[in-house]
Amino acid sequence: MLKDEDRIFQNLYNDKGSDVESSRKRGDWTNTKDLIDKGRDWIITEVKASELRGRGGAGFPTGLKWSFAPKELGLRPHYLVINGDESEPGTCKDRDILRFEPHKLIEGCLIAAYAVQAHVCYIYIRGEYFIDGEKLQAAIDEAYEKNLIGKNASGTGWDLDIYIHYGAGAYICGEETALLESIEGKKGQPRLKPPFPALIGLYGCPTIINNVETIAVVPTILRRGGKWFASLGKAKNTGTKIFCISGNVNNPCNVEEEMSISLKELIEVHAGGVIGGWENLQAVIPGGSSMPLIPQKTCETLTMDFDSLMAEKSGLGTAGIVVINKDQDIIKCMARIARFYKHESCGQCTPCREGTGWMWRMLERMAKGEASRDEVDMLGDVTNQIAGHTICAFGEGSSWPVQGLLRHFKKEIEDRNNFNPTIKKEKNIPYLVDQHLLDKKNA
Amino acid sequence: MSLRRPSKNQPEDFDFNPASLAAAKLIIAKYPKDKQQSAVMALLYIAQKQNSNWIPLVAMKYIGKFLDMPYIKVYEVATFYTMYNLAPVGKNFIQVCTTTPCMIRGAYKLVEACKEKISENENELSKDQSCSWMEVECLGACVNAPMLQINDDYYEDLDKEKTLKILDKILTGETPKPGSYRGRLNNEPENNRKTLMDLKNA
Repeated sequence: MLKDEDRIFQNLYNDKGSDVESSRKRGDWTNTKDLIDKGRDWIITEVKASELRGRGGAGFPTGLKWSFAPKELGLRPHYLVINGDESEPGTCKDRDILRFEPHKLIEGCLIAAYAVQAHVCYIYIRGEYFIDGEKLQAAIDEAYEKNLIGKNASGTGWDLDIYIHYGAGAYICGEETALLESIEGKKGQPRLKPPFPALIGLYGCPTIINNVETIAVVPTILRRGGKWFASLGKAKNTGTKIFCISGNVNNPCNVEEEMSISLKELIEVHAGGVIGGWENLQAVIPGGSSMPLIPQKTCETLTMDFDSLMAEKSGLGTAGIVVINKDQDIIKCMARIARFYKHESCGQCTPCREGTGWMWRMLERMAKGEASRDEVDMLGDVTNQIAGHTICAFGEGSSWPVQGLLRHFKKEIEDRNNFNPTIKKEKNIPYLVDQHLLDKKNA
Repeated sequence: MSLRRPSKNQPEDFDFNPASLAAAKLIIAKYPKDKQQSAVMALLYIAQKQNSNWIPLVAMKYIGKFLDMPYIKVYEVATFYTMYNLAPVGKNFIQVCTTTPCMIRGAYKLVEACKEKISENENELSKDQSCSWMEVECLGACVNAPMLQINDDYYEDLDKEKTLKILDKILTGETPKPGSYRGRLNNEPENNRKTLMDLKNA
């Protein structure tokens, strides 16, 4: 288990209070000026040395991303945007940073903004986190008052303004270009890449977008050195990470642990074990709802990091672990996730807009045992038609969980839906009717 | 995609009151010059708050003029984002999360409680016209599942009995205490904490 002094988020459970004075006692804002005085190149080199990978899901190396920002300030200003639109089912880590460790985030904003030469930083928070956003706003006001940010922030000679922008319930705005559209006051529909936001982003200006957790760990990395951070975890998957363990466990919780910790340790030690015992485990979604589930036999030896989960054809994503035990109907669980994606598709690309609805309706029928056997393969075909054929990664995100289900639980689906329409004709399958329109007025 | 329709009964006119106007000016100042369109989301929130929790079409037209942008652009934004209510909802607006992490911990029991106490169907006002409820997608408090949101507050670690009690309070006009209803500290593992121990009793 990670030693307590190596935990970056000391106030994860709010034992100490989140105001600036108690944050200072935990080490925030103590030598910000010294860190910034060492210069841009030093900051970026140190972050590169720490091998920090973005905590928002894709795991892109943060230092590398920062180095994409133009070296010289041109006519267009640079922007820093912080993605706090945490909406991935199973994930609730950013919320705790926003409300309990806001000064780590604000200090990280200052350092990152200096490194990419931005004078304005927007923090995008999902609209539902209004109360948590208010707490962050209080911390920002405090920081302005103490001149930690604002004109000549912390005595560094760098000006930085931080503003909060609230979303309004759209999951897709967690996608970076949709988030930029949303800040610009438009529908949150993702843009084509390239051009990448580092060159043409918010208002057409160079923009660096990072997750809340990524930015909040940066000050500690610089204080304790990139080498320290890189010594935790394993190569290419370094540092600490907040894991959110939810679902059928005895003590669901958020916990900061070393990368590459074993999944079994997380569940058994921190979350108090699976309800009904380890034997009762059915499957685990390892990284938020868009990552394919992992069946019990693999969970035994699995370590939680980007690369080893990739090897299992899943991913670390946001490290939102959803534990599903054998009391649950796995097909129903995935049907509910498919409904989530059907609800949240932005509607821009046809494969995703239509396909998410198809997947949901087919899975609902399969959960009830009303589908025919050949529909199981048809469902797999639909997922392949979506993934990779859309502007943003939502296509993959929505079809991967279904593919994971088909990969590991195909037998369960076929057992339940084993009737063959060419033999038994008495069952009426509404192939051409949108079942949901019949079921529900406001679907 | 979610299909959303504006209410059939629309008011005749809408203006920001002085408080809303002041708040709107502060918001616009956050964004660069000529980029005041960015403020549209925040202004829709302000309109929604002023107009008892829903946004009429005249308010969208008003905001369009206010920000010097076409009405249809405001309409697009208001219909795209699900937190803007396009039809009247209760003064106490209850949103129950039923996405998988909540569902497997019994979120549909909370829905039952809402059906018993408030109204048989989603988006339907209660008998005294003060509350309405709806199922929503993940509210981002999965570790505290099952949970629901009433206006801005999160009520966490619930079960059916606790939800019934909360709804009783809401219906009598009280505001129940938000947060965990099993008495745990935020997102810590209940009675099983193994980390940051020195801080806990410090």
